[in-house]
Amino acid sequence: MAAKPKLHYVSERGRMEPIRWLLAAAGIEFDECFMKTKDDLLKLRKDGFLLFQQVPMVEIDGMKMVQTRAILNYIAAKYNLYGKDLKERALIDMYVEGLFDLNELIMTSDYQPADKKEQQLATALDKATNRYFPVFEKVLKDHGQDFLVGNRFSRADVQLLEVLLMAEECKPDILAQFPLLQSFKARISNIPTIKKFLQPGSQRKSPPRQEDVPKIIKIFY
Amino acid sequence: MAGKPKLYYFNGRGKMESIRWLLAAAGVEFEEEFLETREQYEKLLQDGSLLFQQVPMVEIDGMKMVQTRAILNYIAAKYNLYGKDLKERALIDMYVGGTDDLMGFILMFPFLSAEDKEKQHAFIVQKATSRYFPAYEKVLKDHGHDFLVGNNFSWADVHLLEAILMVEEKKSDVLSGFPQLQAFKARISSIPTIKKFLEPGSQRKPVPDDKYVETVRRVLCMYYDVKAN
Repeated sequence: MAAKPKLHYVSERGRMEPIRWLLAAAGIEFDECFMKTKDDLLKLRKDGFLLFQQVPMVEIDGMKMVQTRAILNYIAAKYNLYGKDLKERALIDMYVEGLFDLNELIMTSDYQPADKKEQQLATALDKATNRYFPVFEKVLKDHGQDFLVGNRFSRADVQLLEVLLMAEECKPDILAQFPLLQSFKARISNIPTIKKFLQPGSQRKSPPRQEDVPKIIKIFY
Repeated sequence: MAGKPKLYYFNGRGKMESIRWLLAAAGVEFEEEFLETREQYEKLLQDGSLLFQQVPMVEIDGMKMVQTRAILNYIAAKYNLYGKDLKERALIDMYVGGTDDLMGFILMFPFLSAEDKEKQHAFIVQKATSRYFPAYEKVLKDHGHDFLVGNNFSWADVHLLEAILMVEEKKSDVLSGFPQLQAFKARISSIPTIKKFLEPGSQRKPVPDDKYVETVRRVLCMYYDVKAN
């Protein structure tokens, strides 16, 4: 009897958001337990639930999993979103690691002090436009297929869509030079599980409100 | 016809060191091309060899692999150091994530100002002894096995040994509260492939020095200040 996975985090995107995306893409329902104060984090630590005293933590299949990558790897492999062999996995890993870097840059800019925030965001968007997006545009162009790897839907497609949308939130015309990424975005957004996740009322989170940022930081530090 | 893997990086530890450890532990011989000049780096860029314009890059099995984690995952899986099933992989990934974070604090160390180095030194020791080492000490104590996962030698063991040695370079008695880790360190260090890698003359790189920092800054045109944690 498999219970639903249970996610422990704050009610923000942060490092949990790619996990929400992947579960949703795989059509897996999940519960969430939101930390609202520092005491909530301290309690999780005190109960011995956090291997390195950190969240994200996901209760899944009898494990209390921590470390974002470990959790994503497990979900991807379990739900067949990790390619069919070692070589496809290698490609997927290269792509998702690059996307992870970009996601971090964009996501953490929201939590920077006012004087650093704009600069970091500018750097992130510059890297998106000049380093990351051209790579994925070329991958799609070179093989002409609908999905990034192996002509099959995988976690790489989910994570790329997530980052494309995050970048567009910051700069709506950021995909102007990338026609294949534009059609990729439309195509992947239409996959039923993803379409559902993109609708209002889903468990997808929004960027943090400016006024909430100090409170959120206080929970962790 | 499989040639030896070829590593493209600076002549120093950085992000490539964990890859050297894992290949060595698996008994896989590898070649290295060291980046010394900006021109070398720009040539790699122009050749389209660096997917995201970054190193590490490893030529292996016909691929030009980038992204440290992707490379490590591939090597671990190929050489059966990644557990026997999904659940063991989950544990290995969790443990490697922790040691990766810990070594990340040390990675930036040589690039810090003298003042920040002092702060970071304290930070590294504090995190090692209050967050990371206790976790691994407990894992070993609870199951009483020689290896971290599945009673079998895996990537997690290699990575933890690497991390322990790196922290010991910062504070030589840092394992004094951790008897299991002390025994673990002795045990894993005696595994023949690892023992060989720990001997002088191996491809293991020394603690980074000013020359290394200067090379990295020059090749990457990375002249900005790196912040401490």
